[in-house]
Amino acid sequence: MKQKIAVQVDDLTVAYNYKPVLWDIDLEIPEGVLMAIVGPNGAGKSTLIKSILGILKPIAGSISVYGKPYEKQRSLVAYVPQKGSVDWDFPTTALDVVMMGTYGSLGWIKRPGQKEKKAALEALEKVGMLPFKNRQISQLSGGQQQRIFLARALVQDASIYFMDEPFQGVDASTEIAIINILKALRKAGKTVIVVHHDLQTVPEYFDWVTFLNVKKIATGPVKDIFNDDNLTKTYGINYKVSIQE
Amino acid sequence: MTISEYFSLIFSDYTLRTITLGTAVLGAVTGMLGSFAVLRKQSLLGDAISHAALPGIALAFLITGAKDSNMLLLGALVSGLIGTFWIRGIIKKTHLKSDTALGLILSLFFGFGMLLLTFIQKQPNANQAGLDKYLFGQAATLVESDVWLMTIVTAICLFVLLLFWKEFKMLLFDADYTKTLGFNTKLIDVLITSFIVLAIVLGLQTVGVVLMSAMLLAPAAAARQWTNSLSVMVFLAALFGAFSGVFGTAISASQNNLSTGPVIVIVAGVFVLISFVFSPSRGLLFKQIRFIKNRRDLELHKTLAFMFHIAETHDNISHPHAIKILNNFQGYTKNTLQKLVDKNYVTIVGDHWSLTEQGFKTASNLYNQQNENNE
Ligand SMILES: Nc1ncnc2c1ncn2[C@@H]1O[C@H](COP(=O)(O)OP(=O)(O)OP(=O)(O)O)[C@@H](O)[C@H]1O
Ligand SMILES: [Mg+2]
Repeated sequence: MKQKIAVQVDDLTVAYNYKPVLWDIDLEIPEGVLMAIVGPNGAGKSTLIKSILGILKPIAGSISVYGKPYEKQRSLVAYVPQKGSVDWDFPTTALDVVMMGTYGSLGWIKRPGQKEKKAALEALEKVGMLPFKNRQISQLSGGQQQRIFLARALVQDASIYFMDEPFQGVDASTEIAIINILKALRKAGKTVIVVHHDLQTVPEYFDWVTFLNVKKIATGPVKDIFNDDNLTKTYGINYKVSIQE
Repeated sequence: MTISEYFSLIFSDYTLRTITLGTAVLGAVTGMLGSFAVLRKQSLLGDAISHAALPGIALAFLITGAKDSNMLLLGALVSGLIGTFWIRGIIKKTHLKSDTALGLILSLFFGFGMLLLTFIQKQPNANQAGLDKYLFGQAATLVESDVWLMTIVTAICLFVLLLFWKEFKMLLFDADYTKTLGFNTKLIDVLITSFIVLAIVLGLQTVGVVLMSAMLLAPAAAARQWTNSLSVMVFLAALFGAFSGVFGTAISASQNNLSTGPVIVIVAGVFVLISFVFSPSRGLLFKQIRFIKNRRDLELHKTLAFMFHIAETHDNISHPHAIKILNNFQGYTKNTLQKLVDKNYVTIVGDHWSLTEQGFKTASNLYNQQNENNE
């Protein structure tokens, strides 16, 4: 099975100070997968996503999206940051934040209009947050804030979605709601890359997985490589998970 | 001169009018831009910029040998910009915390500026007197051309703000995300910062190096209390800033020679104080009132909820029940029952009570977060 490559990472090395936090990463993400990135705290998962998206400048390496440099393909890529990366006391409403997802296609200066508003409302509907559209964002719960970020990415109508811990701090029903949205995206042919901490749910939610701890340990189909060997290599301790075949 | 005399003089007295207009425009533009500094959590930035401007003023005087205020402001602008971009550089290159970098540049530049000022004061040049007005500001020295300059800068600033509103807003909320959408965040950032530097430099003559940052922060901090919308916040901050300017000037003019800068800052401070206490949503006073009211409502709601659970067991929600059952419930008093009747949630016939339609609705909404205070 030779699938199209959605994202290709070559020789990526990233450092904040002197010591690289990501070493020489090569990664091919096939089109249409729902992929988990797993690894311990500080493994460089967020850093990997940020480098792919051009938020951080790597020391070395290159990123291509569908065969072209990332800079030329931005409109194909959407991003859900870690929830804690922004100040939720910012004076704005849920709808306003989701609307930001349309700013990229609008470009400089042009204001969002009815069309953009409609798209934002639809996205809010999808994540079940329509009743909260006019709520000040500081008055949303953590799980609701997470859904707002998800809606903002959905509005971008991209081909590839990068999500940094979208399940962080959400309750069971929100988790199911979110994973259903992700699965719907995959069904629509999108590629979804998710930083994920709950190893138990990896086989159930994802079909592709990348093990990361400063270096890339392994990447491939969950059924082939999600095993104790790779988990031990990544987490450094003897890891046992039972995988239902 | 009393304050009322002052306000009647504004329209006839040229000097007074100039000063008042100047401080009002200055307050408006710093308030407007201050909102951005506050929301970016760069409260110290204003302080750093204004202090960084001091050596520029001194150097401009040393080089030109004259006290032409435009030349001095140009010097202030250059050294303010240098200071600001050094701060950015330090944060980027050395991974120092931003407050460390700000504090470092602030004290270095200010120290150097003070050194130059003392050096100038030792010079036999009679011209040097009065440079130190830039430390605490002197609104009385404002002339019409200064006010024009401020107005033009404010107008340009407003224009740019409206033009790039969506970009500014997004950058303030989530800079990383803005970058992934393909916007040049550095450009947006430099634009905001340059305007802040410009506004501060324009205010040095009036308010002075030491207090200038308060002009930036106080109106914005006050405005934040009253609204949850960025546009309203920026507008209110401009308004508070302008009023601080006008009232500050009025008070200092009527109280014979009170220094204008400090008075303006104090007036702005009063705006902050009032806002922190009286704002309806975030203010301390209303928070306390809401707290007390909530506690009182809670008793009522608990009783209502208890009744609701009893009523729920019947197909007909208005089915009457004996008042006696309520004695099983701790929070129940005759008083609360009467209140529920007053609110039309419950009706009483003889020694039986029954829920009204409205009471039933209210009770079933009690647990539903979604229906409460959205919109
Ligand atoms: N802004 C920064 N400056 C310096 N070092 C950083 C910075 N951000 C992250 N690091 C370091 O880089 C390494 C990787 O961090 P990263 O945030 O990518 O980890 P992560 O895998 O996302 O962890 P987590 O599971 O906790 O989110 C860590 O050692 C961290 O200390
Ligand atoms: Mg992370």
